[in-house]
Amino acid sequence: MAQLDTREKLAILADAAKYDASCASSGTSKRNSAGGKGIGSTEGMGICHAYAPDGRCISLLKILLTNSCIFDCHYCINRKSSNVRRARFTAQEVVTLTLSFYRRNYIEGLFLSSGIIGSSDYTMEQIVEVARSLREDHDFRGYIHLKTIPDADSDLVEAAGRHADRVSINVELPTEQGLKRLAPEKSQRRIERAMGAMHRSIEDGGDAAKRYRSAPRFAPAGQSTQMIVGADAATDGDIVRRASQLYGRFGLRRVYYSAFSPIPEASTVLPLQRPPLMREHRLYQSDWLMRFYEYRPDEVAAAADPVTGMLPLDIDPKLAWALRFRDRFPVDVNRAPREMLLRVPGLGVKAVNAILTTRRWRQLRLADVARLTVSLTKLRPFLITADWRPVALTDRADLRSLVTKRAKQLELFAA
Amino acid sequence: MHTVRLAGEDDFEGWRDAARSLAALGAAPDTVIWQVGGARDDLFGEAPPPPASPKSETRVPRRFVELVRSALLHRDPERFALGYALLVRLADQPRLIDDAADPLVRRLETMAKAVRRDIHKMRAFVRFRAIEDEGGDRYIAWFEPDHHIVHANAAFFVNRFASMRWSILTPALSLHWDSEMLREGPGASKRDAPGDDPVEAIWKTYYASIFNPARLKTGAMLKEMPRKYWKNMPETALVGELVATARQRESAMIDTARTATGGNIEAAWQALRDEAASCRRCSLYKNATQTVFGEGPLDAAMMLIGEQPGDQEDLAGRPFVGPAGQVLDTALGEAGIDRARLYVTNAVKHFKFTPRGKRRIHAKPDSGEIEACRWWVEQEKMLVKPKVSVALGATAARSLLGKTVTIGRERGRPIELAGGGVGWITVHPSYLLRIPEADRAAEETNRFVADLKAAYALAAG
Repeated sequence: MAQLDTREKLAILADAAKYDASCASSGTSKRNSAGGKGIGSTEGMGICHAYAPDGRCISLLKILLTNSCIFDCHYCINRKSSNVRRARFTAQEVVTLTLSFYRRNYIEGLFLSSGIIGSSDYTMEQIVEVARSLREDHDFRGYIHLKTIPDADSDLVEAAGRHADRVSINVELPTEQGLKRLAPEKSQRRIERAMGAMHRSIEDGGDAAKRYRSAPRFAPAGQSTQMIVGADAATDGDIVRRASQLYGRFGLRRVYYSAFSPIPEASTVLPLQRPPLMREHRLYQSDWLMRFYEYRPDEVAAAADPVTGMLPLDIDPKLAWALRFRDRFPVDVNRAPREMLLRVPGLGVKAVNAILTTRRWRQLRLADVARLTVSLTKLRPFLITADWRPVALTDRADLRSLVTKRAKQLELFAA
Repeated sequence: MHTVRLAGEDDFEGWRDAARSLAALGAAPDTVIWQVGGARDDLFGEAPPPPASPKSETRVPRRFVELVRSALLHRDPERFALGYALLVRLADQPRLIDDAADPLVRRLETMAKAVRRDIHKMRAFVRFRAIEDEGGDRYIAWFEPDHHIVHANAAFFVNRFASMRWSILTPALSLHWDSEMLREGPGASKRDAPGDDPVEAIWKTYYASIFNPARLKTGAMLKEMPRKYWKNMPETALVGELVATARQRESAMIDTARTATGGNIEAAWQALRDEAASCRRCSLYKNATQTVFGEGPLDAAMMLIGEQPGDQEDLAGRPFVGPAGQVLDTALGEAGIDRARLYVTNAVKHFKFTPRGKRRIHAKPDSGEIEACRWWVEQEKMLVKPKVSVALGATAARSLLGKTVTIGRERGRPIELAGGGVGWITVHPSYLLRIPEADRAAEETNRFVADLKAAYALAAG
């Protein structure tokens, strides 16, 4: 094989990394480079330095160390049996690339993953070496996210956690049967065992940091995972329950949902059709409902169609829930508890907080609510204010069409 | 009339001192003119108000200070007056600051929010270009903020790029950091910044490669990266072409995948069948004996889709082995079609029934169940890739086309399918069993045979 230059390798290894949805650079401890010999800072809140036309943010340099792999997972472009071009970065190349991008303010840091080459330990060693060099040789204080490999030696995983802000292992598919069919060499048990061990290390690291200021940090931004949506038979209800189980058992910061997307060099086992991208969006919304709106997983699942277990695509899960449980509405803006205000379609967390502070001093009227939200159309049937009561509106049979956007009328005189 | 001259567009301290003094004097908001810099020759102005004595100081909530500190960086010339108006109202109603729905509080909040966003976008979208001078590498950026935020943002860049030498040039002012000291300079123009940097080509390669053409969402991109920023971001030069070629790249991927002759279709089908055996996508699995999956050669040119397994199919685990299966077999025989060359499956893969005594009476699957099971039929179709898919009856037609259709209207002609191949709609064989009149039954059977024959000719052709 002819020698590839850095740019050619980057093209291959970034292309190979794009199916990992995570690009977050948030949730870590605050750092800056003042007084150091290197560069880098983290703010807690992440920064997206650019957006690609797929709507995804570009926050980190997201690449694989190599896209060669001994595994043959059918959904993966890098699987052994794929004819995709292969490339491999040296640790030094990744370090140089990260620093030269960071200096120009293109990125917040690095997200490094890799195909499995040789053995799990060997691959993990290479990944850790990149992070070590960035931190120790260059005093780099930006964000680092490392993918860890389930079977790798615990010392290596420990080292990864010391250098990285975030670590992750992908569960890949929401169901065990799906994993068996599409990633025959991976096992749910091994993946979960590794996530469990990681969870303990992160907790221990957090405890130590609370007691001693000098304690070494262990992945302060926690761990995350990803599952592919639409490649196996899991329904939205299954996925929501699985995600909540993962959050609970492994203390995950985030679960990413990635709508299966067609890849070049697809395997024949793979479904060719992609699920609607909207499905992925609805799953993220339901994830939000659990994390920020105090919905229990079974409540989110109850927003799905009882027969198919799928969330509606045309309306968001919060509205779907409200339409299904109309007896809980209308909610009185001036009296209802926080958890009920959070259930009102169209009221976000910020609007609810604003309502709660304002109503300590005076009664809210509909115009007040209008100032705190984007639109009243969706809200009106679900709430009561000092000067508004929906009367029969909440019970109307055609409520759904009243609160969803009307299809755009065709222009009669359009050329 | 009072005129206050502030030292600069972002002179929060100057505003605070003047506002304090004016409030102590009891100056009404509409008697104060706020100006930035400039000469002292306005017609209505008076001398600046005297500094307030410490004891007359108005105490204000902390939230107010935070709010105004951000809002005063907004480019709206009214911002100083609005801040002062709120200060005056707070003297009587200190709780007003918590009234997020108050129009004035809301307006200042909105301004503060726009400022915070601009600060964030500057941190995100500043792009340095490297040049070499006697001191080594120096990084220079040109940026055009919407609001007066450059000052407020300086510390971020100092903390982040502490060991680098850099300059950020903006129309109103420039920042220069020499790795020890921050200097401020006058405004600059785009021409003062370097025109290129060789690393940009590598960055653009990254931008193009990380983009997934199979999931175009330009709306989401534009929401977070509006066009006004594009002119100073090198990677945005690629957006037009990436968007224009995305669809084509996606369909090319799908086409290659479709024509790929993988050696593992058999294994793939086995795996799919195993997965289906434990399907819980709808509740029909609870009472049925087993999943009845499709069967037949995986390179079949024609696929038959029935409604659902009946009593006998449920027990046997194979499609079309009961009475309706016999009708089908006879019809296929008359049409001269070998069933062994067809892939035969059902729209719904579990038996739905209502128990009556010891018998299980067939019940029609509803649209939710058809929809839930459609996933499997689609998977089977993707593996077998039949040229013609024949839907037997309304349930199968709904599964095949994804919508309810009238058999009488759609019957007997090829229908293009979205996923490739053509569909063909006809009746379900059990329909023939239910016609009481012998002559009509014979007539309908002939029509059914003719349908199968025509569909098969299409598949063979």
